[in-house]
Amino acid sequence: MATVDTGATPATRAWQGASRLVQPARIARSGAWYVAEYRLRNLSKWWGAIVAFGLGNPVLYLASIGLGVGALVNRNGPNALPDGVAYLTFLAPALLATAAIQGTQDEVTFPLMHGLKWERVFYAMQSTAITPTQIAQGVMITAVIRSVFTAGIYWLVLWVVGGFTSANAILAMPAAIVAGVSFACLMLALTVRFIDSQMFLSSIGRFVLTPMFMFSGTFFPLESMPLAVRWLGWISPLWHATDLGRVLTYGKAVPGWLVLTHIAYLLLLGAVTFAIGSRMLTKKMTG
Amino acid sequence: MSASHNVSDSSVHTAMIDARGLVKKYDDFTAVDGIDFTVTRGESFGLLGPNGAGKSTTMRMIACTSQRTAGTLEILGRDTDHHGPWIRAHLGVVPQQDNLDRELTVRENLYIYGRYFGLPRSYINDKIDELLDFAQLEDKRDAKVDSLSGGMKRRLTIARALINEPEILMLDEPTTGLDPQARHVLWDRLFRLKERGVTLIITTHYMDEAEQLCDRLVVMDKGKFMAEGSPAGLIAQYSSKEVVEVRFGSDRNQEIADQIADLGDRVEVLPDRILLYTSEGEAALERIIDRGLRPMTSLVRRSSLEDVFLRLTGRSLVD
Ligand SMILES: Nc1ncnc2c1ncn2[C@@H]1O[C@H](COP(=O)(O)OP(=O)(O)OP(=O)(O)O)[C@@H](O)[C@H]1O
Ligand SMILES: [Mg+2]
Repeated sequence: MATVDTGATPATRAWQGASRLVQPARIARSGAWYVAEYRLRNLSKWWGAIVAFGLGNPVLYLASIGLGVGALVNRNGPNALPDGVAYLTFLAPALLATAAIQGTQDEVTFPLMHGLKWERVFYAMQSTAITPTQIAQGVMITAVIRSVFTAGIYWLVLWVVGGFTSANAILAMPAAIVAGVSFACLMLALTVRFIDSQMFLSSIGRFVLTPMFMFSGTFFPLESMPLAVRWLGWISPLWHATDLGRVLTYGKAVPGWLVLTHIAYLLLLGAVTFAIGSRMLTKKMTG
Repeated sequence: MSASHNVSDSSVHTAMIDARGLVKKYDDFTAVDGIDFTVTRGESFGLLGPNGAGKSTTMRMIACTSQRTAGTLEILGRDTDHHGPWIRAHLGVVPQQDNLDRELTVRENLYIYGRYFGLPRSYINDKIDELLDFAQLEDKRDAKVDSLSGGMKRRLTIARALINEPEILMLDEPTTGLDPQARHVLWDRLFRLKERGVTLIITTHYMDEAEQLCDRLVVMDKGKFMAEGSPAGLIAQYSSKEVVEVRFGSDRNQEIADQIADLGDRVEVLPDRILLYTSEGEAALERIIDRGLRPMTSLVRRSSLEDVFLRLTGRSLVD
């Protein structure tokens, strides 16, 4: 600002006005994609970390748990696990589902904190013709993309190390993605609900994620847990995803109704928590 | 032909904003308490008031990002409860608090904001040059927002609000944090927007800003409108032509005020000075001195909106 220059702002072209430039109907259709476009642009700044994490995570897990615990378990002979499979085969679908869920959880919690609290960028979006519902949808679109990416890498690594024995194993990838997105919807609702609590981020780990990993039959069969805590697995999307994954990756014998229950549970959890979460987001942002 | 048709089409609603009995409550607390106003096309309308008066709350209701509790509110002829996104497509909003994305560059911030309006990439890219010039941020184009000064961020926020060439530009304390030069440049730019027919809604704490920019303003306090008019009209109605400011030291001000009250239309005692309202300031000051009173400092000035505010609310505008 060198001078109080009131002189020429170059009149580059005529002022057209919003009523000619902006098409509200188009934003009503595509607003969620504009939000996703923004999220991806933002993510692209971190692509190095995302790729490293996406690859590093499965490799680390496989090396430590797969090899370490696996050696112990496998030493007990072919019937150490109820299904009589190698530990790696048992663990692979669980790791896949875990990774998908962790990836989308990051992809929901942090953008929401960033958007509603840290920098309030959602409020900037909302001052355009974008609605809070579209913001929620856009965040979820990005979560799906991220989930495809994470689950895709994980699946490939597991396939390379021979974690799958069934021809249906390819279907475990979409199953993991569905689980990840379903969990993301749950996290959307939880984050919006508890975002103003100072304890939120640390509580999520303590009260949601950790118990979920412990009680979802990830490292050992849920069936080997006492009945008193087994219900924790039944409500856990990770258990449904893992058990479904086992059906697909090594042909675990599971009754048909249970397979359907797994799928229905994941879809329903996602649909219901998304509806609740986006409604809460609207209420929060228009209060 | 079709262009001129468009223009007459959209000017059917000469009332850009129409509010009746507008109320906003947060739980039990009433932040906006039944206000009525109409803003016409091309007008620049100001909300003047102290902290907590309800200015930002009113702005958010107009911007369709906060739902009213009662009353009616129509923008461009449409109800804000039912046509929020449509209305917002025609608005430019500068919030009191910047909400730029600090991880993105200056250019990217403008770009994504344009995308939220569904604007074509080619249009946005051209418009960005124009807006960077408007905000005098050409050389910061690829800088991260994080690295900008407070005033630069403010200018970027204002530029961003113009990307869709809004019909109504909402400015919530636009120049807070700007240096005097930047303020004057901004006033000039806003004035040019007004000439293009853009309707401006401005909140401010600054009298000079209100006087410079607003055709019409309301004085707001505790959620209510205390008065409404043009800056000059308000001053004429609620204050005298001139004001004598005298200081006698905080312990003597009240006592002396009683002795000189008869010299003007009205007297106000502030903690640090006495304000004497009169049409003839110099003459009144002479007569104060003739009475043997020796003020530590004295000043004769023209009445301002500050005086209007003091008269209406019994408080100073700037705390
Ligand atoms: N989200 C909210 N929840 C509860 N109360 C609120 C909320 N937003 C504003 N208020 C209250 O409403 C009143 C008006 O606030 P508002 O922000 O509209 O004032 P303002 O005139 O813009 O003040 P300032 O000049 O400080 O910006 C204040 O008392 C404020 O505490
Ligand atoms: Mg305010």
